[in-house]
Amino acid sequence: MATAKGYVFVAFGVMVALLVLAPFFVYPIFLMKALCFALFACAFNLLIGYVGLLSFGHAAFLGSAGYACAHAAKVWSWPPELAIVFGAAVAAALGVATGALAIRSRGIYFANVTLAFAQMIYFFSVQAKFTGGEDGIQAVPRGTLLGVLDLQNTHTMYFAVLAIFLLGFLVVYRAIHSPFGQVLKAIRENEPRAISLGYRAERYKLLAFVLSAALSGLAGATKDIVFQLASLTDVHWTMSGEVVLMTLLGGLGTVFGPVVGAFVMIGLEHYLTQIGAWLTIVQGAIFVVCVLTFRRGVVGELSRILRKPL
Amino acid sequence: MSVFGVPTQALFGQLLIGLINGAFYAVLSLGLAVIFGLLNIINFAHGAQYMMAAFVAYFLLQWAGLGYWWALLIAPLAVGALGVVLERTMLKRLYHLDHLYGLLLTFGVALVIQGVFRNAFGSSGLPYAIPAVLTGGYNLGFMFLPTYRAWVVVFSLVVCLLTWYVIERTKLGSYLRAATENPALVQAFGVNVPRMITLTYGFGVGLAGLAGVLAAPIYQVNPLMGADLIIVVFAVVVIGGMGSIMGSIVTGFGLGVVEGFTKVFYPEASNTVIFVIMAVVLLIRPTGLFGRSQ
Repeated sequence: MATAKGYVFVAFGVMVALLVLAPFFVYPIFLMKALCFALFACAFNLLIGYVGLLSFGHAAFLGSAGYACAHAAKVWSWPPELAIVFGAAVAAALGVATGALAIRSRGIYFANVTLAFAQMIYFFSVQAKFTGGEDGIQAVPRGTLLGVLDLQNTHTMYFAVLAIFLLGFLVVYRAIHSPFGQVLKAIRENEPRAISLGYRAERYKLLAFVLSAALSGLAGATKDIVFQLASLTDVHWTMSGEVVLMTLLGGLGTVFGPVVGAFVMIGLEHYLTQIGAWLTIVQGAIFVVCVLTFRRGVVGELSRILRKPL
Repeated sequence: MSVFGVPTQALFGQLLIGLINGAFYAVLSLGLAVIFGLLNIINFAHGAQYMMAAFVAYFLLQWAGLGYWWALLIAPLAVGALGVVLERTMLKRLYHLDHLYGLLLTFGVALVIQGVFRNAFGSSGLPYAIPAVLTGGYNLGFMFLPTYRAWVVVFSLVVCLLTWYVIERTKLGSYLRAATENPALVQAFGVNVPRMITLTYGFGVGLAGLAGVLAAPIYQVNPLMGADLIIVVFAVVVIGGMGSIMGSIVTGFGLGVVEGFTKVFYPEASNTVIFVIMAVVLLIRPTGLFGRSQ
């Protein structure tokens, strides 16, 4: 067990080292986008990988937190750290409301219910005044983090995003490897048995759902500060599909899988922009291939070869 | 004449639009319900298959000179056949896994299909003319009823009821229902269950194709015509109770009408009303209005 944990620590160290050095070699805006999506995918993976719940509506949390954060930063002139926390809080509140209803169902039903809720949020965002409809909220100020760090500087912004990502990543890691996480896995494997052992499965599932929503919100809010824009793309259901794809490609239920998946997918989008509409086809094809032949994902396969959990 | 301050003309106009949307919801959710009943997967490609059938109708007219009635026959068969291929080559490999993988696979397939059509035909719609016999309309005194729209509503209703009859009242349907309950036992009795599953998927997809041809003259033929519609249909399926045949028909038409009336009385909510109803239904009956326990 100690060595297995050692592998995770080594992998974590390598990841942090790479991410600290990366902005000096790779386009930082791309890295920040990938980091935000990596956090989003980690939050999503908490549900699918460890509770066995496939949410097809996680865009709702990403997008609504983005709108809340952008509104707070632009209209109310809140400092970025408060705006981001406010965004995450809005996503968490939304998670409580929709989660309480959604966790009454399982499997495919759960996927359908979350998708429908997300669509509700989408239509609300299209019509509501403060979201700016098709235009979104543009020119969101990046502001000064904690009153000292000017986020207009790309590298400062990058390290702020990296810190937020690592915070979220460690929260997920801690949650999975705590007694709470063990109960979640027990519920995933055999819910009636977990209930018969005295665990109130509904509460555990709701807590995991809200945690996942809040972290997705954190990712969405951070992303909108980076790009200074909140738009409908983030609440549309295709975004919910994209995060499923990232997590599936990286490896469901692995610690590092969502991060790898997010970097690969955002990398594809970034470097293959010239192929335009072909991107959808490529994404769809990756989906099909993953489901048919590559269900463990990149990190899942790696971990099988090394025989160590990653 | 007016009801609650709304002119009857507008009221009946929206009722008709509601019935037409309801007809599409009903046929599409019926196809999903048939597939879900036996295969236990949510067919995410349903919207893409609906769109493909509309394109098949368009091609038949443009390239082969075959009109609406031929399209109504050929397009569902063609799309259903593609569905059979999809089931044989891909879906059947996933039956031993969690049913969620079926949803993910069909989602990927939908992305590919929609991407290909959008590359080839752009995002703007292609027009498809109403067949000559069904042009014009009737003046009912209180409103004008276009013939084609009346045809869509009546024809969809007939298709739905026929499907219901076959599944619930015939011997073939009894095999199907038995296989839904316990496929292993039905197989032991000498029924070829894998073939039945394949054909059922093909039939469900064919229903989506039928809806696609019916929709072609009303909406334009557009690569994304099914993408957003299918999400609403998923909500309809949740409200009706997944896998319930009569449930999908009744909720499909019912919700179409409710949506139509919402457009008259509170237009801002017309897009969300179905999802709000879904939330309320889930609070009271988590398995849907007509669903059995999960």
